[in-house]
Amino acid sequence: MAKPLKLERAHPLGDQNFGAPGISITSVRGGYRCSLRVAQSDISAVSNALGVDLPQAPKTSARSANRVAMWLGPDEWLIYDSKANPIDDLKNINALCSAVDVSHRNTAIEAKGPLAAEVINAGCPQDLSLEVFPVGACSRTILGKAEIVLYRAKADTFHIECWRSFAPYVFELLRTAARDQSALAVR
Amino acid sequence: MNAPVSIQPNRIPGKGRLSAADPLRFTFDGKTLPALKGDTVASALIANDIHLVGRSFKYHRPRGIVSAGSEEPNALLGIQRDVARHTPNIRATVQEVYDGLEATSQNRWPSLKYDIGEINDIASPLLSAGFYYKTFMWPRKAWDKVYEPFIRKAAGLGKAPVHKDPDHYSSQHEHCDVLILGGGIAGLSAALAAAKNGARVIICDEQATFGGALHFDSDVTVDGMDGFSWAQKVTAELAAMDNARVLLRTTAFGYYAQNYVALIERVTEHLSAPRADLPRERLWEVRAKKVIIATGSIERHMVFANNDRPGILLASAARTYLNHYGVGVGKNVGVYTANDSAYAAAFDLKEAGINIPAIVDVRDNPNEELLAKASALGIRVLTGHGVMAAGGKLRVSSMSVAPVNGGANEVIAVDSIIMSGGWTPSVHMFSQSRGKVTYDADKSRFVPGVYAQDCVSIGACNGTDNLSATIDEAIAAGEDAARAVRHNAKQSATAINATGGEAWEGTLIGAAPGAEAGKVVKAFVDFQNDVTAKDIRLAVQEGFHSIEHVKRFTTNGMATDQGKLSNMHGLAIAAEALGKDLPEVGLTTFRAPYTPVTFGALVSHSKGTLFEPTRKTPMHDSEVAIGAVFEDVGSWKRAWYYPKTGEDMHAAVNRECKTARTNVGMFDASTLGKIEVVGPDAAEFLNLIYTNPFLKLGVGKLRYGIMCREDGFIYDDGVVARIAEDRFHVTTTTGGAPRVLNMMEDYLQTEFPHMKVWLTSTSEQWAVIAVQGPKSRDIVSPFVEGIDLSTEALPHMSMAEGTICGVPTRLMRMSFTGEMGFEINVPADYGRAVWDTLYQAVEEAGGCAYGTEAMHVLRAEKGYIIVGQDTDGTVTPYDAGLGWAVGKKKTDFVGIRGLKRPDLVAEGRRQLVGLKSVDGRSVLEEGAQIVDDPNQPMPMKMIGWVSSSYWSGNAQKPIAMALIEDGFNLMGKKLYVPMANEVIEVEVCKAVFVDEEGGRLHG
Repeated sequence: MAKPLKLERAHPLGDQNFGAPGISITSVRGGYRCSLRVAQSDISAVSNALGVDLPQAPKTSARSANRVAMWLGPDEWLIYDSKANPIDDLKNINALCSAVDVSHRNTAIEAKGPLAAEVINAGCPQDLSLEVFPVGACSRTILGKAEIVLYRAKADTFHIECWRSFAPYVFELLRTAARDQSALAVR
Repeated sequence: MNAPVSIQPNRIPGKGRLSAADPLRFTFDGKTLPALKGDTVASALIANDIHLVGRSFKYHRPRGIVSAGSEEPNALLGIQRDVARHTPNIRATVQEVYDGLEATSQNRWPSLKYDIGEINDIASPLLSAGFYYKTFMWPRKAWDKVYEPFIRKAAGLGKAPVHKDPDHYSSQHEHCDVLILGGGIAGLSAALAAAKNGARVIICDEQATFGGALHFDSDVTVDGMDGFSWAQKVTAELAAMDNARVLLRTTAFGYYAQNYVALIERVTEHLSAPRADLPRERLWEVRAKKVIIATGSIERHMVFANNDRPGILLASAARTYLNHYGVGVGKNVGVYTANDSAYAAAFDLKEAGINIPAIVDVRDNPNEELLAKASALGIRVLTGHGVMAAGGKLRVSSMSVAPVNGGANEVIAVDSIIMSGGWTPSVHMFSQSRGKVTYDADKSRFVPGVYAQDCVSIGACNGTDNLSATIDEAIAAGEDAARAVRHNAKQSATAINATGGEAWEGTLIGAAPGAEAGKVVKAFVDFQNDVTAKDIRLAVQEGFHSIEHVKRFTTNGMATDQGKLSNMHGLAIAAEALGKDLPEVGLTTFRAPYTPVTFGALVSHSKGTLFEPTRKTPMHDSEVAIGAVFEDVGSWKRAWYYPKTGEDMHAAVNRECKTARTNVGMFDASTLGKIEVVGPDAAEFLNLIYTNPFLKLGVGKLRYGIMCREDGFIYDDGVVARIAEDRFHVTTTTGGAPRVLNMMEDYLQTEFPHMKVWLTSTSEQWAVIAVQGPKSRDIVSPFVEGIDLSTEALPHMSMAEGTICGVPTRLMRMSFTGEMGFEINVPADYGRAVWDTLYQAVEEAGGCAYGTEAMHVLRAEKGYIIVGQDTDGTVTPYDAGLGWAVGKKKTDFVGIRGLKRPDLVAEGRRQLVGLKSVDGRSVLEEGAQIVDDPNQPMPMKMIGWVSSSYWSGNAQKPIAMALIEDGFNLMGKKLYVPMANEVIEVEVCKAVFVDEEGGRLHG
């Protein structure tokens, strides 16, 4: 038996970042994700196991320490945790649900700065005003030709999840839009 | 750059809003001319007493500037910033002058003044309506050499740029409560009222400054200041509000469903040296809760003989040039009108010192006050008169005037004529919103009737003529819209007091006196497409009775100006010729775009790498490093083959295939679709989706499954692993991943909603490395922990979870090559590191990586099908020789009824078999047809086709698979593949070419 290797996770974007006045686009390394489907009857049991109350209103999320539960559909959530894999808390649960580890399926990009919403609006048709998409709002939506899950972590900070092979496209679209918006903002 | 303003002969000191302190220079056809900051190319040209700016499309007639806005049909120029930035057909009335701008006239050769193409004008009887349809019919032979080149030369105006567009374009989605289209007094009033009541407001206007008609209407006073100054004050107020966005130089060009409106903002077109980081244009895709349309109205020209001579322009345009740009359109300006507005223009010109020899009014009794004022100013007014023809060629020189009811002509010398046939409400955006217009017979105009969307029209575009009524309507619209959206916002009343701006009376649509039916004159209805009143009558005479047909036959209104000036005239002339009332004939539908839009802005970011996402597997860069050549599979880049130095594709593929069979090969299978099926009913669900039985598949076991559509034809295939009682790992073809998930979800939601099962795409969660060949176990086992890889513990078609290289794996013993093999699933972020580690071991063992081409050959050697290559949507599992995969005892699955259809169980269906080339060397062409007898007369009966064909290095002969009628019963039979140069003889065989017993799978 050869000695076991200690392999590090590789981000599909490496260390790519982009910054311009009013906006930064950063690849978010690591993180754990779980695609969660839960029968109505078992929402509270699963919430207890996860340590976060699964939100039940569209476009909302719930947060507890490093863990965010994002509502994606009437029985569907994306759980994101920056430190620990939420799937570990659901392994032995006796509830009618489907928990699937998608930590590596998705990857994340952060858009931060006063121009963040306008930059994302280059490819996302949603209304990202704070009034309609407040802090904590989330949505499975599109960015150009890619599907994303958009989560507003702070007024000026968005966490963008996409499938890993779409990450270069998503990053490049955000980078291009950031360049434009930053230039247009100082006309 | 300090050209003295005095050399602009028509610039009138003290008039207009431009500052003599901001001089610019530009060129027109190579000649340098002075201008002022804020000028349009049109105002600057007229300031330099240049009216002749182009040649017309069909007749090459000299043409001038007609308007002062986006409705301009004539003054289309090529604008060049540098060699790569040349844009044809820019309206001189819209393009702002920047220092160094280069403008060129179009459609003339050798020069604007002496144009060879003018012959068309003399030969014009040959070029009347429908000329193209009538002339280019026959002989058929003439098409390629004569007609098409002629049409191509004639079609289109201006020169397309030849260089790659160096600019970039931006696009943005935006939302608001109230979107206001148009920044005239109506739009600004509505915006102010809406914004003050808490609404999120966007107001846009196509011009460089807000104000609309206030640019020219010097009679209006608002809140104690002149109208234009008021407009600038309100613009600044709105811009300072957090809830209002003000977009200048921004045209709303498309109004789509649910108040989705597209705007184009010209960001750098007016700048002399734009910053490189600025996009040239920005596309706004706005979704508004309410839309307020305040697009104003457009003045019409008069349709009289030679009404296209340079120097003849709209009265309101002349007033704009005077009052905004400080430019007189001439020194001796005739007036021809059917509407009061031309009087106001004439008075302004007269008061600015320009001679007005006569106002010719077709009406017998115009407004008394206007007549009195004309008299007081010493202007001669000829009521009940018409301009029978304009004189001059490169510039109007006279107007020939006669009483409408007949009488002697008087020729009056002029250097310009201003005209007004009345005003057309600009219902374009309303019409685009699918609203239905209604006819206002009193004023001969179409106004908004039935609304289709949540929008409202205000002011002139709504047929509201009076200024105070316009303001009342605008404030009410703004407040109503805001309050409908913002129920709880603090209410705030808006009061705007305006004086002046009397409603203008009078209208004339159709031909003016002297251009009636029977008169052989060139009285232009549509300047841009060179359509005359006579052409429209000819169309009716030739049997075109629908206005849609008349429009297409004559091309009236079909140029880039969309008939902003010509539609009403064309309609009136057609109605008269048809002997019908105008509303009976009907208005044509307006469509996007309102004004031309660049492709660059529409494409925006979606070019180059952003044209389409390019998907790469986690191991991509490692594959690049070892020399992989890639092929596109859907949006994926897949390693196709890995040539060593000096190898061509054929040699590389042969080596890869041989190595995999004799030693070990590794393959990146990450693009395979994967679906995790979880829930207590997971097995039951898969049992219904696949033809195979799934209920009894044990945990840790794999099964190859086929999925059909309801009609019984193969839809996809793949290997399914049972991870746990209630959890399956399903794989699909690379291309089938999204549609298989969709089909499963569709059945789950519509046919089997009672089932407790959920589907999750895990295609990209797992990187998949296939290690195949006799040495595969030796390669893999040193890196694996927690899994016994022996055949006893992990036989073919079974799987286990453990670790490889210290990371978790779902390790599957399976094969798409016919060799003993493993498919190693690892979380994708580890994929590249695991690949690199295994590759090193494979290489040390004398193995290699193989690509998709070798994978195709290896599986064909075993007769394994590829859905979509060996099936075409009409192949059942039985046809494909996969009847064993259909559960005989199953009472239901998707496709079970389809498979019982009489035609699907009939004899003689095309069945998948193998083919050997009898000569032992001819590799068949995929897609080639197969016949029983190559000597039969043509057309031959084709009994099948080749679906897969390769040279097999392992079998040392060509191999092929084919779908052939009754193929299973033709084993050993000789058939023929007729090709262009030869007929290839083939023999039908079983579709297995290597290891027929299949022993190698079991290692």
